[in-house]
Amino acid sequence: MGWQQPEEARLIWKTVVVSLVVIGFNVIGSYALTRGLRELGAIVSWSPLPYIQAFADPWVSLGVLFMIGWLISRLALLSWADLSYVLPVTAFSYVLNAVTGAVYFNERVTDLQWAGICLITVGVALVALTPPETLEVNGRR
Amino acid sequence: MIPLLVALVVIPGTIGDLMNSAGMKRHGEITDWTLLGLIRAGRDLLHNFYIVAGIPAMAVSFFALMALLSTSALSFAMPITASSYILETALAKYVLREHVDWRRWVGASLVAIGVALLSI
Repeated sequence: MGWQQPEEARLIWKTVVVSLVVIGFNVIGSYALTRGLRELGAIVSWSPLPYIQAFADPWVSLGVLFMIGWLISRLALLSWADLSYVLPVTAFSYVLNAVTGAVYFNERVTDLQWAGICLITVGVALVALTPPETLEVNGRR
Repeated sequence: MIPLLVALVVIPGTIGDLMNSAGMKRHGEITDWTLLGLIRAGRDLLHNFYIVAGIPAMAVSFFALMALLSTSALSFAMPITASSYILETALAKYVLREHVDWRRWVGASLVAIGVALLSI
């Protein structure tokens, strides 16, 4: 069963929009979690209690909420798009996380890191050129 | 402690990704984006073995990430957890039977190298 042209365009647009939502949730969630956890200090424990107590911090709670949004939106994306497509494409969040670290946490971005950002961007663009779905989903492919 | 945390982020994360991807393909494409539709999909997923097994694996990975973020810089913690890109792409091809063409291999490799450079 081949794709009809409008069906292909619909799926590509849907994939782009949901991928951007996944990336957005990840970047905002990482920023909020990092900010909250920096305020709380190091948590390294085998007991779940310190992690649960960390939820009292508003930044941590916000971060967890966004990470739940990230998980749900990513599951939705995986309902039609390949894992080998979703993984690299949503890796663009690493670029935005590095930029966020530089802008909001004054973390220095070195020349090598800028090179890494460029490579990730090219890799994401390359994978984004492939069809998001190569398995049969809902009778397509 | 940091290498153990990295392993706890990467290994359960990889297993969780594979299980979630397999589970969602069995569920089928989500087309109803209304609140009711999403609740209905969530209810269906509670009976999906792959999702029920995949979410706890992701939770372990997430809590390990929280511990890692509390001890390391964001620009170190996030990239280092992406060391499994090539492994997951290979598993997607051989376990999930996805069609991984040269663009996906090159793309995933560039992302992995880029992520490694980011963590230097």
